[in-house]
Amino acid sequence: MTAEGIGARVLRKEDKRFITGNGRYTDDMTMQRMGHAAFVRSTHAHARIKSINTDDAMKMPGVDAVLNGHQLVADGIGNIICGWMIHSKDGSPMNMGAYRALESETVRYVGQAIAVVVADTQQQARDAAEAVVVEYEDLPAVVDSLDALKDGAPQLHPEAAGNLIYDWEIGEEAPTDEAFANAAHVTRMDIDNNRLVPNPMEPRSALAHFDPSEEHYTLYTTSQNPHVARLVLSAFYNVAPENKLRVIAPDVGGGFGSKIFIYPEEIACLWATKRVGRPVKWTSDRTEAFLTDAHGRDHHSTAELALDANNKITGFRVKTVANLGAYMSLFSSSVPTYLYATLLSGQYNIPNIYANVKAVYTNTTPVDAYRGAGRPEATYVVERMMETAAKEVGMAPAEFRRINFVREFPHQTPVIMAYDAGDYEASLDAAMKAIDYDGFAQRRTQSEAAGKLRGIGMSCYIEACGIAPSQAVGSLGAGVGLWESAEVRVNAVGTIEVLTGSHSHGQGHETTFAQLVSDRLGLPTESISIVHGDTDKVQMGMGTYGSRSGAVGMSAIAKALDKVEAKAKKIAAHLMEASEGDIEIENGELKVTGTDKKLTFTEVSLAAYTAHNLPEGMEPGLKEGAFYDPTNFTFPAGCYICEVEVDPDTGVVSIENFVAADDFGTIINPMIVEGQVHGGLVQGIGQAMLEHTQYDEDGQLLTASYMDYTMPRADDVPSFTLETTVTECPGNPLGMKGCGEAGAIGSPPAVINAVTDALGIRDMNMPASPNRVWQLIQDNGMKEAAE
Amino acid sequence: MYETKYHRASTVSDAAAMLKNADDGKLLSGGQTLIPTMKQRLAAPSDLIDLRHIGEISGIVKQADGSIRIGAATCHADVAASEDIKAVLPGLADLAGTIGDPHVRHMGTIGGSVANNDPAADYPAALLALGATIETNKREFSAQDFFTGMFETALDEDEIVTAVVFPVASNTAYAKFPNPASRYAMAGVFVAKTGAGARVAVTGAGQDGVFRMPDMEKALDGNWSADAVAGMAPSADNMLSDLHGTAAYRANLVTVMAKRAVAASS
Repeated sequence: MTAEGIGARVLRKEDKRFITGNGRYTDDMTMQRMGHAAFVRSTHAHARIKSINTDDAMKMPGVDAVLNGHQLVADGIGNIICGWMIHSKDGSPMNMGAYRALESETVRYVGQAIAVVVADTQQQARDAAEAVVVEYEDLPAVVDSLDALKDGAPQLHPEAAGNLIYDWEIGEEAPTDEAFANAAHVTRMDIDNNRLVPNPMEPRSALAHFDPSEEHYTLYTTSQNPHVARLVLSAFYNVAPENKLRVIAPDVGGGFGSKIFIYPEEIACLWATKRVGRPVKWTSDRTEAFLTDAHGRDHHSTAELALDANNKITGFRVKTVANLGAYMSLFSSSVPTYLYATLLSGQYNIPNIYANVKAVYTNTTPVDAYRGAGRPEATYVVERMMETAAKEVGMAPAEFRRINFVREFPHQTPVIMAYDAGDYEASLDAAMKAIDYDGFAQRRTQSEAAGKLRGIGMSCYIEACGIAPSQAVGSLGAGVGLWESAEVRVNAVGTIEVLTGSHSHGQGHETTFAQLVSDRLGLPTESISIVHGDTDKVQMGMGTYGSRSGAVGMSAIAKALDKVEAKAKKIAAHLMEASEGDIEIENGELKVTGTDKKLTFTEVSLAAYTAHNLPEGMEPGLKEGAFYDPTNFTFPAGCYICEVEVDPDTGVVSIENFVAADDFGTIINPMIVEGQVHGGLVQGIGQAMLEHTQYDEDGQLLTASYMDYTMPRADDVPSFTLETTVTECPGNPLGMKGCGEAGAIGSPPAVINAVTDALGIRDMNMPASPNRVWQLIQDNGMKEAAE
Repeated sequence: MYETKYHRASTVSDAAAMLKNADDGKLLSGGQTLIPTMKQRLAAPSDLIDLRHIGEISGIVKQADGSIRIGAATCHADVAASEDIKAVLPGLADLAGTIGDPHVRHMGTIGGSVANNDPAADYPAALLALGATIETNKREFSAQDFFTGMFETALDEDEIVTAVVFPVASNTAYAKFPNPASRYAMAGVFVAKTGAGARVAVTGAGQDGVFRMPDMEKALDGNWSADAVAGMAPSADNMLSDLHGTAAYRANLVTVMAKRAVAASS
């Protein structure tokens, strides 16, 4: 342990360059003779393309090329894939419609790319893209997933009859039905999870370059996982073999999942750069980001909870329809299945669970993983049900949860997951204490005296993170392994570069990963550099999503450090003529236990590279790599409590207090973890109170700018009270569980439970916007008046 | 944004000449609406004539009769910070301080705002309630005659707003309910006791832009209190309706904001 080691609040190493404008983002990159790309996009949600006329566009100043999907297909560029195979309950594989980077026959959502223009300047490219004349034959569109399943609904893909991608199930149906037949009480709710637009601060961007002398491509891109991007671009889109394709994800300004996927624009830029013989750059504007970044959530669910006479849960039955948009994105199939329904047991001992999920095509932007990916949807269903069931049987929500908590570990749920460690009551107690739960009744009385409505709601969330054991996800249909790699390179003077397959786009890895090395070797973090995001530097990696970089990425570094330490100790023992077992590493020195003999880490590093005096048979150098494949998911969990006050005159909900008590296992840097929780909470509160994606019936996106899409602002949220409880994760060497998604997963049901408590109602949809809340008060008031 | 030519005018007549000579010119006075519109490629003027640096139409003057004359190129932040305005028309200073965000308030101008007459802009409520006079390079308008509909004013194509004059009033206050996303007014109500009696003007809510509430004005003439207007709402038939607020909700907000404005006035 050092001053900058595990548990220290080290200021972020990366912040200086970000704050001073010295970050290096993809759009900052420039190359000689670089051309700019602009895309011709569908203005129709569903239409047959009758013709694409590029004559006028080609004659415009600065225009190099106008390329379309016919040429793309002729050049052998492959269709966009979905990397996780889901089988329907009848055993059939999912029904996947063809998804081309540039569509030339039938467009299926507004914003879909049809052609790409390359010109000398961005303005010229955009002007020319506007001059491309696309003649459409309109087809009827469908935007809601329930409508898409109806008889007579517009059909999107010939491969998917009835717009059904899959009809999947998990758990045992018959015993679950039996639990309901014998139930003393059943709670039933219809629960929607609203569609969200990810909105990272930096929009997507790509800069592609083809070097004809080496037949080699370079792609700078806004990616959370550049190695996966290279793999997919190479293996499926036939752009170039892996050894001829370098993918660099430099500084990336936020992703929240939306930058996991490989989009049409990156493919088109790579393809176009060779055809036009110059580097090609494209940067999304904010409107394009709204229209084309993969959206999140969008579930319709019906849930039923069966209780026995003692209010213990005996069964849970959930039917969900998930809207996946017009095409399947890279991991979209896994989100409403293995990332969702496997978490329906929540923190509770539920003997019987059965879930059925139908995934559906609609004429909307593709939907894929967004912060939490499936787990927020599961938590929302579970925790809305728990709160409602407690009230229906007349129990305090906390007590109802307590009597149903999982208390023994490991715990096998009926839906695949084996929880390894946790103490759910500890976080519940910590949260209730921090918010002064017992004082709520008095605070409510005070609010009532001021003409306001006050409510309190909780959410006890669990998530499965670290994603995850390769063998396990492989058996469930994943197309890739989900380990992580690391390489620790010690330089001759004892400074260190750590190469990692994780990617940092806001998480602060350059700081926290260095803290791990500092902790182990006793070196200052300034002498440790974290290298990531470049396939020419880091051999292979799986990237950052699913709160996995700590639990999986840092575990790989820890393993590599084990090897570095072992070799360094061998060298030190040899040089000091001591036994290897007597060497300990402390404060940057290798010491012989019980003596005053010691060497600095620098001296040992130098000895490794001069190689004048190494143990017999030892190779020179000090550089070790490791791959780490976890044995299980990790299970961060916690309790969030939200207290709101509602202004009945306007319907405005204000969050008066919000407590988050999280168990993330070992924490490397509490300051960074708090930042992650704050950001997650704001996104979750954003979903619950502000954000909403609205299409009109023709498939036009009505909320396509910040004029209509309500992003959370600082003054929309309170100062959060954060509590931490710790049970170490037994599944990885550091005991870490992950913290990146928790806030977004746990907070929406806490907010809605609080708002419904304040209004004295059972059901409501997100977001709790002023108009919606005011309308509910009017409707409720009329109902009460009628009674 | 499409290509455009930028001109910086130094006098009003200079600006008028520039506009006349332009193919399809537009006056720019802060650009807080026009520039984003151009960036979206929804407007494509051939020339932009910037009025913001014309000295003769900048600044705030307290006139001999007590009225406040605000040059058209005066930014919102200056109105919000003006001691003269805070002393006599505190509701107007408060209103200017709630427009947009600090960036908008330091770029956007009162002339630009009133000439654009966005139905959700704040200033029109103050102008209408206070009976302001809009001065142009050609003539003068009363606020009542000036705002003719959504994004519509009585200005000629080549006419330039040069100043807005606010007569003295008491008990001025503005209460705004912002759109959660854009933070433009969904219902903004300006109240004042003027020489002509109580005035209540509403922005953000109406289908035809800013409007007055004669019932409320009459009630307030007899009893200046929030309770006096509590039961009064405009007809929902004339209210805007969109994703963030139904017509019925907006009608309700007019009542609530009117009550709050009266309660805040002193």
